[in-house]
Amino acid sequence: MERNLMKGNEALAEAAIRAGCKCFFGYPITPQTELAAYMAKRMHKAGGVFLQAESEIAAINMVLGAASTGVRAMTSSSSPGVSLKAEGISYLAGSDVPALIINVQRGGPGLGGIQPSQADYWQATRAMGHGDFHILVFAPSSVQEMVDMVTKAFDTADKYRVPAMILADGLLGQMMEPVTFPEIDANAHDKSSWAATGHKNEREHHIINSLYLQPDGLEKTVVERFKRYEIIKAEETDAELYLTEDCDILLCAYGASARVAKSAVNSARELGIKAGLFRPKTLWPFPVKEINEAAKNASVILDVEMSMGQMIDDVKLALNCSKPVEFFGRTGGIIPTPAEVLEEIKKLGGAQ
Amino acid sequence: MTTEILLAGFGGQGVLFAGKILAYCGLMDSKELSWLPSYGPEMRGGTANCSVCISDEPIGSPLVLAPDILVAMNGPSYDKFINAVKPGGKVFIDSTLVEAKCERTDIECYYIPSSQLADDNQLKGGSNIILLGKIIKETGIFSLETMKKAIEKVVPPSKAHLIANNFRAIELGMNN
Repeated sequence: MERNLMKGNEALAEAAIRAGCKCFFGYPITPQTELAAYMAKRMHKAGGVFLQAESEIAAINMVLGAASTGVRAMTSSSSPGVSLKAEGISYLAGSDVPALIINVQRGGPGLGGIQPSQADYWQATRAMGHGDFHILVFAPSSVQEMVDMVTKAFDTADKYRVPAMILADGLLGQMMEPVTFPEIDANAHDKSSWAATGHKNEREHHIINSLYLQPDGLEKTVVERFKRYEIIKAEETDAELYLTEDCDILLCAYGASARVAKSAVNSARELGIKAGLFRPKTLWPFPVKEINEAAKNASVILDVEMSMGQMIDDVKLALNCSKPVEFFGRTGGIIPTPAEVLEEIKKLGGAQ
Repeated sequence: MTTEILLAGFGGQGVLFAGKILAYCGLMDSKELSWLPSYGPEMRGGTANCSVCISDEPIGSPLVLAPDILVAMNGPSYDKFINAVKPGGKVFIDSTLVEAKCERTDIECYYIPSSQLADDNQLKGGSNIILLGKIIKETGIFSLETMKKAIEKVVPPSKAHLIANNFRAIELGMNN
């Protein structure tokens, strides 16, 4: 298969078009802009719609409208822009409408900075808007994985009628790596049972709605949705376990910081330190089974993030606080170095 | 083995473009590789730099902090990165724009008046490519054929007439 050299942002866009995405609505923001620019160039040639909305809020509501008709629709932004989309994402979840949201994270809070960050983990996995709900969250750590996860995100979102997010960051968005685009079946999901496509007096109305004024009616929809979440938690987790079989010190990291952590693990191994890496590819659902498998022989866990420590909560919960969990992170747009992480590994006295 | 390359200069000197050619060379030779630009305000006329990793194994962190190969296209970039170069590393300096001479003895420095050479040979803006020619000659990281193939891939079809000039710049760099 031909290897192409592409920026992460462009690869996300190309993968979405190949996955049958027909509508892109967005608003420019660094470090995500190449994604929208690529869509502007290519989407109409692929028979779809590219529209630069007047704001992020408009864009996400256009996604809600388009996806309600059953087409694959998406938006992309970076941290402050994703905050603006929060209301619309809650509406998508409350309406059981699948769609894809991409967050190429930058430093925060507020307008923050434009350099890479992972400080939106809590937002993505805990509170991507008001109300009782979750979205699927995928965390690629290479340009190839960005491509693969776009298809996976659309498919899983369609399967469960849940919005999906790809949580990337400025480093992955801006870097170029070789990628291949596998052949995929882009029209695998039948949405005719719910999509609002016009009833032509031949069937019942399909109503896309998130307003339930009767509490018992609302409770019923939320409880039903949480039953689906239980299935998702059981079946849709994914993680990479790297050198974990005999590891004494287990690093936990996702996305860009997992690349740094992996370099540090390799250096530690050269020094005879038994280090390993657990890298979640899905952040919600968090791979609980997988981390327990990875940590079974470890005496200490080192969580590494480009934030002040957010995923560490899930690490502790998943391990039920059965092992000490330490933290190392840089934030504000600073990328930790493999040497810094190696120092932390040494400090924790990883056994030789 | 991984070769870490850092290219640095003013925005507009073609630092990112030169990095892209190296990245495409890696693609042509079926290597693992990554290309990571600095982005943000420095792109608008300030200092720009670009990390390229070429390897036989998957690349970990794509950010180059201690390069095996440094390309310094202006004084501020030279000052900023010269002490970061790994012992045994090689440094390629546009000596038309960088006045400094390196005092480190554990690295090899090549001074090429690449901006002047570009001007003298009607290759305006070709200083970056001349330096690439020097790199492949002194490090052997890629063959001339590989680099020519990469240039044909990187130069957009609308600018195909510039390919010959780029070839000329590479050969100029190899012979100086």
